[in-house]
Amino acid sequence: MILFDYSRASSVADAIAAARQPGSAFLAAGTNLVDLMKGGVTNPERVIDITRLPGLSGIEARADGSLRIGALARNSDVADDPHVARTYPMVAEALLAGASAQLRNAATVGGNLMQRTRCQYFTDAVSPCNKRQPGSGCAALGHATRIHAVQGWSEHCIATHPSDFCVPLAALDASVEIEGQGGKRSVKLTEFHLLPGDHPERETVLEPGELVTALTLPAEAAQFAGNARYLKVRDRTSYAFAVVSAAAALTLDGGRIGQARLAFGGLALKPWRVPEAEGSLAGKAPSPEAFAEAARIALDSAKPTGEANAFKVELARRVAVRALTSAAAGTPARIPALPASPFGLV
Amino acid sequence: MTIPIRLTLNGKPHAIDLDDPRITLLDLLRERLGLTGAKKGCDRGQCGACTVLVDGRRINACLQLAVSLDGAEVLTIEGLSEGDALHPVQAAFIAHDGFQCGFCTPGQIMSAVGLIREGRAGTDPERIREGMSGNLCRCGAYAGILEAVKDASARMEPREDAA
Ligand SMILES: Cc1cc2nc3c(=O)[nH]c(=O)nc-3n(C[C@H](O)[C@H](O)[C@H](O)COP(=O)(O)OP(=O)(O)OC[C@H]3O[C@@H](n4cnc5c(N)ncnc54)[C@H](O)[C@@H]3O)c2cc1C
Ligand code: SF4
Ligand code: FES
Ligand code: FES
Repeated sequence: MILFDYSRASSVADAIAAARQPGSAFLAAGTNLVDLMKGGVTNPERVIDITRLPGLSGIEARADGSLRIGALARNSDVADDPHVARTYPMVAEALLAGASAQLRNAATVGGNLMQRTRCQYFTDAVSPCNKRQPGSGCAALGHATRIHAVQGWSEHCIATHPSDFCVPLAALDASVEIEGQGGKRSVKLTEFHLLPGDHPERETVLEPGELVTALTLPAEAAQFAGNARYLKVRDRTSYAFAVVSAAAALTLDGGRIGQARLAFGGLALKPWRVPEAEGSLAGKAPSPEAFAEAARIALDSAKPTGEANAFKVELARRVAVRALTSAAAGTPARIPALPASPFGLV
Repeated sequence: MTIPIRLTLNGKPHAIDLDDPRITLLDLLRERLGLTGAKKGCDRGQCGACTVLVDGRRINACLQLAVSLDGAEVLTIEGLSEGDALHPVQAAFIAHDGFQCGFCTPGQIMSAVGLIREGRAGTDPERIREGMSGNLCRCGAYAGILEAVKDASARMEPREDAA
């Protein structure tokens, strides 16, 4: 880790002003930033500690039915919030399926959203990597790509975004509140992370110095409370990133599906939603055929980067069908002992 | 340039002058304050050997910059017993053979103390396993660890099944 200047921001304005200098990084809980700094993957000259910013850690159910989660709220506090667990059960389940209890106790939701890819050529700090060192190439292409993208990649970068939390948030039309020198703005979560294209070094719509202040869920998100699941397939049952995951949510009315939501993790550099797949379910009775058709549409445009990740396409179809089937069966009264695990799921 | 911070460490106030902002809580404890109970397994958040409680919650000390914890209350394995009287979780690890080489044990015990405080596992073996998944044991003493946590949880928290 290279030496850096440390400062502690006491107000949002303070943090934004300090971060305008190039080479600055915000420090929340540090569970991703400090890890990457230790590995020499990222080497900020200035670290701006935002953990003391007032008013950014609340979880607030607002009068209009929406929910606002402050960027500094801890992952475990959000998952354990009774209103969140009851109203947005797949959000709580996805949080509890991520990392370990120790990491969730520290990690903030802003940091979760902003966490970097786990591409091993990015994190080894030495391989050619367009994300780490623009223009140096992509060491992953043609090499070990089991965890890499099957949707939305470019020949400049084939990495995936590792967050579990972002997957149900994307399905529920969450927005990200941002504050910067130019004022406040709000961006839909599905438009917050950028696909790699020609510029994999640009990861989100944040401009230099901009701070994520909160995540919000619209009032409509609550209507899925009774039929929502997050399903995560990983190499071990706990304390492992998703190979493929899916968030599925339905509204059911007289035995027919009203609205459906379906988003995937592990497929792309952002949580992946396919509106056509969701639309195909509207008005149908929940059935294996309807779910298989939605899964087929969802993966229609999928393209593996090579043999190593071709399996992900069929895996994603099956995960989608399983998550939808489980959502149709009803949200369990209590989050299962093994959150989001296919073991013991309907 | 030194950065002054204050910590309450195992109940006692400490004023510390950090000569480097890179020092993690784990290195501060082990290298500067002589508290070598918390172990450095991976130094990257992947093993749980460094688990301590900060403001009552279990965290990985290896990923926390000490400078960021100014004002925090830290509890390590060294502060767990009351004199010679072992904490119920420590006693349960001995009673149930919850270790072999002992390297992961301080982290396992602090993690179990955190888990029981969180009240999310009760005595359900599956919930305890999941709740303790952030602590790896290369000796594979998991069977004894599970029994120890179950036992301690039952003694400390009579609630049947905490939600
Ligand atoms: C061993 C291990 C296993 C893990 N497993 C999982 C898993 O299974 N699923 C999963 O989803 N995650 C997993 N994680 C990742 C974990 O969720 C993230 O490390 C964590 O959420 C980051 O939060 P933080 O507060 O520590 O962020 P930090 O590390 O402090 O920050 C991360 C990044 O976000 C930026 N940042 C932070 N807050 C803001 C803000 N408000 N505005 C703008 N930028 C900001 C920082 O500058 C930095 O670049 C794992 C991590 C580890 C170490
Ligand atoms: S896939 Fe992206 S992150 Fe990985 S090496 Fe290639 S450019 Fe870097
Ligand atoms: S040493 Fe901290 S988690 Fe391994
Ligand atoms: S007892 Fe040896 S690593 Fe756990």
